[in-house]
Order: sequence, then structure tokens, then C-alpha cells
Amino acid sequence: MATPTLTRPTPRTSTSHEARKPRKKMTAGKIAALVVVAFIAVLWLIPFAWATATAFKTETDAASPKVSWMPPSGFTAEAFVKVFQDGNIPLWTWNSFYTSAAITAITLVISALVAYALSRIDFKGKKVLMTVIIASIIIPPPVLIIPLFYQMLALHLIDTSWAIILPQVIHPAMVFVLKKFFDQIPRELEEAAVMDGASRLRIFTQIILPLSRPILAAVAIFVFIGAWNNFLWPFIATNDGALLTLPVGLQTIKSAYGIQYAQNMASALLAALPLILVFLFFQRQIIKGVATTGLAGT
Amino acid sequence: MSSSLASRRGTGQPDTAPGIQPQPTRRPSQSRTRSNLSGWGFAAPFLVFFLVFLVWPILYGFYMSLTGKSLTGANDSLIGFANYAEALADSDMWRSLGNTLYFTVISTVPLVLVALVMAALLNVGLPAQWLWRLSYFAPYLLASTVVSLFFTWMYNPQLGLFNDFLSKLGLGKVAWLNDPNVAMWAIVIATLWWTVGFNFLLYLAAMQNIPAQHYEAASLDGAGAWRQFFSITLPQLTPTTVMIVLLQILASLKIFDQVYQMTAGGPEGSTRPVVQYIFETGFTGYRLGYSAAISYIFFGLIVLISVMQFVTTRRRSA
Repeated sequence: MATPTLTRPTPRTSTSHEARKPRKKMTAGKIAALVVVAFIAVLWLIPFAWATATAFKTETDAASPKVSWMPPSGFTAEAFVKVFQDGNIPLWTWNSFYTSAAITAITLVISALVAYALSRIDFKGKKVLMTVIIASIIIPPPVLIIPLFYQMLALHLIDTSWAIILPQVIHPAMVFVLKKFFDQIPRELEEAAVMDGASRLRIFTQIILPLSRPILAAVAIFVFIGAWNNFLWPFIATNDGALLTLPVGLQTIKSAYGIQYAQNMASALLAALPLILVFLFFQRQIIKGVATTGLAGT
Repeated sequence: MSSSLASRRGTGQPDTAPGIQPQPTRRPSQSRTRSNLSGWGFAAPFLVFFLVFLVWPILYGFYMSLTGKSLTGANDSLIGFANYAEALADSDMWRSLGNTLYFTVISTVPLVLVALVMAALLNVGLPAQWLWRLSYFAPYLLASTVVSLFFTWMYNPQLGLFNDFLSKLGLGKVAWLNDPNVAMWAIVIATLWWTVGFNFLLYLAAMQNIPAQHYEAASLDGAGAWRQFFSITLPQLTPTTVMIVLLQILASLKIFDQVYQMTAGGPEGSTRPVVQYIFETGFTGYRLGYSAAISYIFFGLIVLISVMQFVTTRRRSA
């Protein structure tokens, strides 16, 4: 337990020490740590496990006062079939997907453009703009729901996807994250292009953006997860059953299925599945993305 | 410097106005104008959204709070600060504000401490890192509704996992979400499970950025793991801890989803947060003006807390 070992060695510590593999020596301390780590992991997996166990039970077994992990009538996929037959989960998943994708795309484009201006162009009023954007980070979205709802009514956007999408594309903190990244790109890289007479837009799209892929991915991940799981605003912005996003749709299930516990859990698991699958495939990128953008909120 | 240089040398078309032909000769004042044009041009798309969907609603919200506006269309006229006066005398408003603050206090402590413990344990260098990281972080990827469905089911007084566990220990049943003394804690537990993974990741990333040399020097001096944690890791993490606490307080103050979904603010209003009160006043009670006023009181509180945090952290780092 002597040295904290890096999951991925950073170039900074490229000495002979660094070749040491993390798992080489299991001291008593490490074993103790492992036991605690595993114990917490089990605690953290129980809600998933219990939801899964319930979802694969018959409704009778699920509602039995004898709580058991192994149901008397065995496991069945009945609840999933029911949910698929008369549920709207595929529709809600699609709604969540395309609204979140649109939010992410618009956010990336407008934030990267303004961040580039803040990082590279000397223009009048830049300082004021920067200050206003940073100050706006403090505005909590719940404070906006009342005027935004009223505004959407006036614009006749309530009960359209635009009502869900448009107010969610402003991420001042992400503008700041992108600006900080652009600041670190050496200006020499652009000079040659400038000599060749390339326009700013060309420099931005052909030099800056390709160099910024990691940060763009990080911002995209952060914005997408946030949009995918957002509840309050989509809940207010639509009543139209055909437009509900997954989190909002799921809220209606509780009242619709009532005490159909197996079906409740099957729906919840189906709703959780897409992001969990994406996470399994892109674990490293997502973790890195969240770690780089996460602290930028203030 | 090079950016002004760039604009002076730029010979392509001005990006913001593709129709305009490039000038044959360019004097400094023109390049200034060009920089101004392209600067605001690049900022324009963001600015449009920013003005329409953030600045306008926040200003209009304040105007609304000075009117008797309602969803039924009655009384649009200005009534001054009457809504604010009413809110300050509204015991339901104070109670919901109190609930929000109570939740913020009792959730922030475990959400920061548990995250720190998780990260510190993993940072020891254990096998199967990805598995532990996955288990701690996975709940963060869930929508609030999924978390609420999971926990409402586990908190079920007769059929739930929690009470089954308690009875196996020979303890009595708890009415988790139906007992005014317990409900808020039940929500804290669900929230801890749901979002601690985020703070955990931030801590883990920060710990991995502590240069290994610090630890090498310490272990040469014979400092054990505990000593190293308290004399190197924790002090090095101070800026991260400050940031995580700030972020967590601001996030906790916005509590709404899980409460609305699990208890609907009950029992007897014991868990209703201020955001739910804003929501109900506006959309169930149709009183948009009054609701906007409460929003602004809440906003003022958040600004106040942020400024206090900003001042204290400034002083500390100075």
C-alpha cells in the first residue's frame, strides 16, 4: 500500500519506478482495501440486481410478501414482453435519443464558435462578453422554468420537440472549458495557414477543431448524458404523449402500472440500458470526459 | 499578439460576411473592424440562444414576479413587490426552503466523504480497477426516474428489500418514504447511491495527478500509507475538495426530481423542496407571477451562497 499507483502511467513519472505494475505485490493493507472496495461495490450493485431479479419474476412472485431472490415459479421474461407490447419504451427512447443528439450537436457548434472567438480574436467588447458568460454559470435552471414556459407558450412551441431542445443548448461552463483548451493550442500552428491567406473559419474548422477532438468528445459526453437524463424541463415542456422523453415517460408508467412491480422494474431497466451499454463500450473516454469537464461547473 | 497579427495578414474573405470582397489595401483601422466583425460573428450563434433562452427569461421572470400573472390569464398588471411580501410571509415557502437547505446539508457531507473514501481506496492500486470504477459510477448514468423506481421498490414497507433486511436482523419495520422523520434520509440514501460516482471520479482524477515523487520521498523517509494519505494526499487535494463541495452544494440546492418522484414532497410536506413549491405554485396553482417571485428568492439565496463561497475560497488561496 506504499505507493499510489496510477491506472495509466503519465509521461511525467517515466523513471524506472514507473515500470512497477500495480498488482505486483498484494500487501496485507492492499488486501484489506480490496475487501472494503468489493464490499462497497456489492452494495452499489444491489439496486441493479434486485431490480433485475424482480423484473424477471411473475407479478405474483414479485408481489409476494416473502422477499426472495429465487422466485418459487422461476424466472420469466413475461414482464419485458408486456412492457414491449403495450408500452412506449421504444418511442420514448427514440425521443430521448434525437432530442439529446440535437442538443449536443447545437451546443457543440455554438459553444466552439464563441470559445474560438474568446480565445483567438481581439474584438471590442470581448471582456464584457466573457464576464457575462462566466457570470451566467450561476443561474440555476429551475429558476428559469416559469418564464421559459411562458415564453414557449408565446412562441407556440409548447408540445413540440423544439421546446425540449432549444433551452437546453446553453452551457456557459462548457464554453469556458473549450476556451481554456483552445488557449493551449500553440498559435504557431495557425501562422502558416494565415500566411496562406486562410480565413478564420477555415483555420477554425481545419486546424483548431481537429486538434480539439478530445475536448469536443468530453463536452459532447457531458452534455449528452445531462440531456438524456434531464427530467424537470422536458416534464414541463410537453404533455403530448408522442413527444415524451424516457425519464418523463417513465414517470407516467408508475401511475399506469401501479402495483405491477415486475413491469415497473422491467421498464426501469430498459430505460437504463442504452447509456449503460454505451458506457461499457466507451468507459475510458466517458470517465476522462467527465473528469475533465466536471470541475468546470463553477 | 499573434491573433491581431493574423487578422492583419489575413487575405481571405471576411468569414462573417461572405458577400463582401476583400479590400485591396488594409490599414490598421480596417483590420480592427475586421477583427470586431469576425469576433462577434463567431459569437453570434451562441449569443442568439443565450439572449433568447437565458437572458430574456431571467429578465422577464423578474418582470413576471412583479405582476399578478396567472395561467388563467387574469390580472397581468404590475403589482409592485406584493408577491415578494406575500412570499416572505408564506410559511409553506419557508418550510420548502428549509427542506431544501436541510437536504443540502445532510446530503453534501456523505456525498463528499464517501466519494473521497472510494477514490482513496481505489488509488491504492488494486486489481480490476475498471470493475470497481464501473460499479461506483454506473448509477450516475441513470435518469432520476429510474433511480426513483428502484428505490421506491426497495423502500416498499411490506415487500421491500430494506425492511426484509431489517427484519432478518431482528429489527422492526421502517416506513421509509411514509414517515416524516425518515423520508428525507431515505432520499439522501437514494441520492448518495445515484450521484456519488461523479464526485468519486473527480477525486480519483485529482489523486492520479499528484506527482509520484511526493510519495517516493515520503516512503524513503519511512512514512506509512496512513501518514502519506494525511500528509500528502489530503493536502494536495484541498483545491479539488473545495471545488467538489461547491459543486455539490449548488447541485443539492436544486433538488427536485427524486423527491417529486418518490414522495411527491410528502409525507405532510416534510420533503417538499423549494423547486417543487415553485413548480406547484406555477403549474398546479396557476400563479405564475407569485411562482416567479419565489424563483427569484431562491435565486437570490443561490447567488448569496455562491458569493460567500467565492469570498471564502479567495481568502484561502490568497
